[in-house]
Amino acid sequence: MTLFGYKPPFTAWVGIVIVTVNLLVAVFGPWLTPYGESQSVAGTWDPPSAALWLGADQIGRDMLTRLIYGARMTIGVAMVTTVLSFVMGITTGFVAAVLGGWVDQLLSRLVDVILSIPLLIFALIILGVFGSAIPVLVLTIAFLDSTRVFRLARALAMNLSVLEYVEAARLRGEGIWWIMRREILPNASAPLFSEFGLRFCFNFLFVAALSFLGLGIQPPFADWGGMVRDNAAAISFGMLAPIWPALAISVMTVGVNLVVDWLLSIEARPSGAQAEL
Amino acid sequence: MFRGLSTACSCRFLGVGSFGCWPYLVGAFGKVLKLIATRALLGLATLFAVSVLIFVCTQILPGDVATAVLGQSATKETLAAFRKELGLDVPAYIRFFTWLWRALHGDLGVALTNQRVIIDEIRPRFANTMFLAGYAALIAVPLAVGLGVVAAIREGRPIDRISNILTLMTISVPEFFVGYVLIAIFTVEFGLFPSLATVDADTSFLGRIYVTTLPAVTLTLLVTAHMLRMTRTSVLSVMSSQYIEMAFLKGLTRGRVVAHHALPNAAAPIITVVALNLAYLVVGVVVVEAVFTYPGIGQLMVDAVSKRDVPVIQACGLIFAAVFVGLNTLADILAILVNPRLRHRR
Repeated sequence: MTLFGYKPPFTAWVGIVIVTVNLLVAVFGPWLTPYGESQSVAGTWDPPSAALWLGADQIGRDMLTRLIYGARMTIGVAMVTTVLSFVMGITTGFVAAVLGGWVDQLLSRLVDVILSIPLLIFALIILGVFGSAIPVLVLTIAFLDSTRVFRLARALAMNLSVLEYVEAARLRGEGIWWIMRREILPNASAPLFSEFGLRFCFNFLFVAALSFLGLGIQPPFADWGGMVRDNAAAISFGMLAPIWPALAISVMTVGVNLVVDWLLSIEARPSGAQAEL
Repeated sequence: MFRGLSTACSCRFLGVGSFGCWPYLVGAFGKVLKLIATRALLGLATLFAVSVLIFVCTQILPGDVATAVLGQSATKETLAAFRKELGLDVPAYIRFFTWLWRALHGDLGVALTNQRVIIDEIRPRFANTMFLAGYAALIAVPLAVGLGVVAAIREGRPIDRISNILTLMTISVPEFFVGYVLIAIFTVEFGLFPSLATVDADTSFLGRIYVTTLPAVTLTLLVTAHMLRMTRTSVLSVMSSQYIEMAFLKGLTRGRVVAHHALPNAAAPIITVVALNLAYLVVGVVVVEAVFTYPGIGQLMVDAVSKRDVPVIQACGLIFAAVFVGLNTLADILAILVNPRLRHRR
């Protein structure tokens, strides 16, 4: 079977299926389940049955329903964050590379300082000051993540901006936006695209980890990280309730990683992006 | 006589000139020392920049700490008095240097929510976190480096493939998933270890080890994967060089070539990646502590964030940053010491 003229290997197919199913569930969630998002239908941590395939959660809501609604929230927030992070990172990265000089120095040194301590610690500091409303959460993670995108975008644009056709555009008197949009972006899009998958994984895990710490998406919304936290006590009683949302997160990340690996192998680029923490 | 001696000593430490007794040695040693000093200074500068950033982050709050604590309904007079009490009536840069100066002297201020002295809160928790991270590192580093070398020797064989798949999986799953799976297996199924890692000042050393085994194993699984892959990669990248081919052509076994020819040259990247992962360990601890409700500094910081207790957040952030920057600096310095080629690059 081929896809866009390429023949994905088995692992890539696994990834594609996982990602597609997750996205479909996220989009069509409400039509897939008979229960409401916060409808209590059973007792606390009722075991799995024909009506509740994965059992009930800490206040008797159907676990599977929560997972389906959680897909929407968790994947949605991570997706918006990644898009925002790319918009910020690519713009600043290209500006730094094209303008050079003190703009480049200022932006690069700021990114160096931000990246010199773990992003989780920075996120905790910012969320501690501004609180954990969803817009704040999205902006914070997007801002922190855009530092990584910045580095990649700047490096790519640095290599491109010395080429003849960019030089020619400059000599024609084109503006910086035109050069960035029409000359550099199309030629940098392939590596940026596979980076998008990796950054999505990172942001997805980041949102999940923050929600798990109780500092991300707040109840009553269902989200996978928060569900792990809410059901954590069940494990002390020998029930597997927190495993399901955690498993959903893991499966999604593995799926995206498999797809990205395949994309990277098409591009035949050493996957240096994987090496960072 | 004394004069000559002191000149030799000083030039050795300053790295200037090379007119001592052993011109070459003194020169080379001085150069290394200079490189290390530069790197250490760079680390300090980074830490300073980070502390500025942390301080700025906590100051851009709409309104300020006083309004955040007292709420919207407070009168102007109460606000002014409270600002004075917190020292918020002086300019920001003065507050920054006062804060930094006191922090350097071990005075991290008082928590807003419960008025406790922050340094006393942090000290035992910091020790707990370091205990857990150290425990995990003691398992993870030998395991990862050993397996990485074995995987490189047996490239493409079953053991290499198995470790490849396992590490890919542990890299892409979240910390808490690993934690809860371990609890499900070892606590729920076999009842071997407790699911909550509660320790206090009276817990004995062996008791601590027993209780923190599951969190330590969780952390180990998380950092081992990355270290293992990097060890394997750096050994394999050395394996493709010409002198290794020469060694093979001489008829040496693969194991001997790896141990004697490849490993010494792969040591520098391995050391760097080990130190980087130790730094990551200290951060991964935040989530793992939450899984096992272990009383470490990560839990303290998370609590402070949910209560929005700014001085505690600042203090914890500063400590995490210091540990992280410190370990990174150490990694670079060790790399300079291990790899002589790095000394001549500039």
